[in-house]
Amino acid sequence: MRLNGTEVVDTFAEAFPMWGARIVVTAESRAWAGEAARSLTGFATSVIGCKCEAGIERELEPGETPDGRPGASALLFANDREGLAKRLVERVGQSVLTCPTTACFNGLDGEETVDVGGQLRFFGDGYQASKVLDGRRYWRVPVMEGEFLVEERFAVAEGVAGGNIIILGRDVAEALGAAEAAAAAMQAVRGVILPFPGGIARSGSKVGSRYSALIASTNDALCPTLRAQVPHTDVPPGIGSVFEIVIDGLTLEAVREAMARGLEAAAGAGAARVSAGNYGGDLGPHHIELRGLVPGLEG
Amino acid sequence: MPLKLSLREQPAVPLEVEGLSPDRLAGLGRAEVEALPVWHGNRRERLADLFAVSGDGDEEVRVEGDLRRVKLIGAGMTGGRLIVAGDAGMHTGAEMRGGELVVEGDVGDFAGTAMRGGRLVVRGSAGQQLGAAPPGERAGMRGGEILVHGNAGDQVGAGLRRGLIAVAGSVGEAAGLRMLAGTIVALGAVGARPGAGMRRGTIAAMSELTPLPTFAYACSYRPPFLRLYLRHLRELGLPLADEQVEGRYARWSGDGLELRRGELLILESGG
Repeated sequence: MRLNGTEVVDTFAEAFPMWGARIVVTAESRAWAGEAARSLTGFATSVIGCKCEAGIERELEPGETPDGRPGASALLFANDREGLAKRLVERVGQSVLTCPTTACFNGLDGEETVDVGGQLRFFGDGYQASKVLDGRRYWRVPVMEGEFLVEERFAVAEGVAGGNIIILGRDVAEALGAAEAAAAAMQAVRGVILPFPGGIARSGSKVGSRYSALIASTNDALCPTLRAQVPHTDVPPGIGSVFEIVIDGLTLEAVREAMARGLEAAAGAGAARVSAGNYGGDLGPHHIELRGLVPGLEG
Repeated sequence: MPLKLSLREQPAVPLEVEGLSPDRLAGLGRAEVEALPVWHGNRRERLADLFAVSGDGDEEVRVEGDLRRVKLIGAGMTGGRLIVAGDAGMHTGAEMRGGELVVEGDVGDFAGTAMRGGRLVVRGSAGQQLGAAPPGERAGMRGGEILVHGNAGDQVGAGLRRGLIAVAGSVGEAAGLRMLAGTIVALGAVGARPGAGMRRGTIAAMSELTPLPTFAYACSYRPPFLRLYLRHLRELGLPLADEQVEGRYARWSGDGLELRRGELLILESGG
């Protein structure tokens, strides 16, 4: 298949269920809200090594936040509900509670909730106080700067992790330029995050390793330098660099939308080839076919 | 057309209409509504003896007439919407648990006492002991919201345990007397001795006041939670300026005769 001259491999991305939450962080300034959101979502590229995957969904205008201050919304995903609850407490506690002028709110609607503020309140050492407004409980935790306000319960929902597109180019400049364009287009979709640095991973992995201690290792079939060395390669002749963009989303529709926008943007930015990663279809319940993802795919 | 109850004439003695609420009237036929019992002084009478009934029972009920001597309108209601087109008597909305009760005029004393949920909106003014504890009980309102667009009398939120009381005009003496928790927001003048004997909770005042000697000044700051409350109240129609929503408040902790875990938050001029 071809799109704007870019070859699109007739394959699919294999995605998995993962539990997600949306965290709204506000602060006195856009800068401090951004600092808190970056810290909250730091070191969260992959559940394999970080126990969760997280990213900033978007900046929020003062009119969009519960307290009328500038803010940011972040999404955080983990393998199960309990793990997500632990990561939320850890990360809100270490990265938002500590950050000057911030407050932290649940940003997701849903019946199923986990306790976050209700755990963090104990930092107040007995001086904490709660307020209930419109059916939601908030905790006021006294801190040296003033007061940290955090919502007690955060909604969690089953989302989709592992949506992806793989972008191949003749060299690093060509592949990275296309990947940057794709990541920028995908980040505009609500309800998704791209957890890797700048949204782009250069080190896609395969399951397992020849070393028993590792559960994942380099995706040798997509390493251009190993093209002449490995028993099977997915790197066509003339390709010198490959990047992967991983997408986690609150819904399958949002992940599909992000993949579609990324595919179009990568093709528009001159990628030689676009593909997607899967495990043969035997592991993940969600198969997102590149065919039919965007209009104009020929062949 | 919503169910409409029009009081034929002001009763000579107080009329008690406990149970006159949308949730209890919903699903009743006209004859059943007309046959509901009310207490006119010490006499039990039919509702239709005192009210003209029109419209159909649904989620909204409208009550009209000179209702200043009609007590317990909307008391104990759990849902739906009840509109009082004019003034209402004592105990209006007492022990409410849900729904919305809108009084377009004034309400008498003890409105919203022992309330547990829902929203009571008073477009006029309220009497004494708004959202307070019933006589002889320690705890007052335990949930829900009371919004008064006019003034309120003495002992607003006395014994308040949970919930929000907001008064756009002035409040009388001893607001939040012996309150246990919850929030009182006073946009106008505040009478003497606010928060006397309070254990926990918040009284936010937008006018200058002198705290009791048993309150101690802590600091001046912008309480993050108060922005949420004030924005919420502004959305509900109370006249709150940006300077109040975003302003600096002096925090006084008290009452020192109790736990000293309550607070007076007093807006600083130019804050």
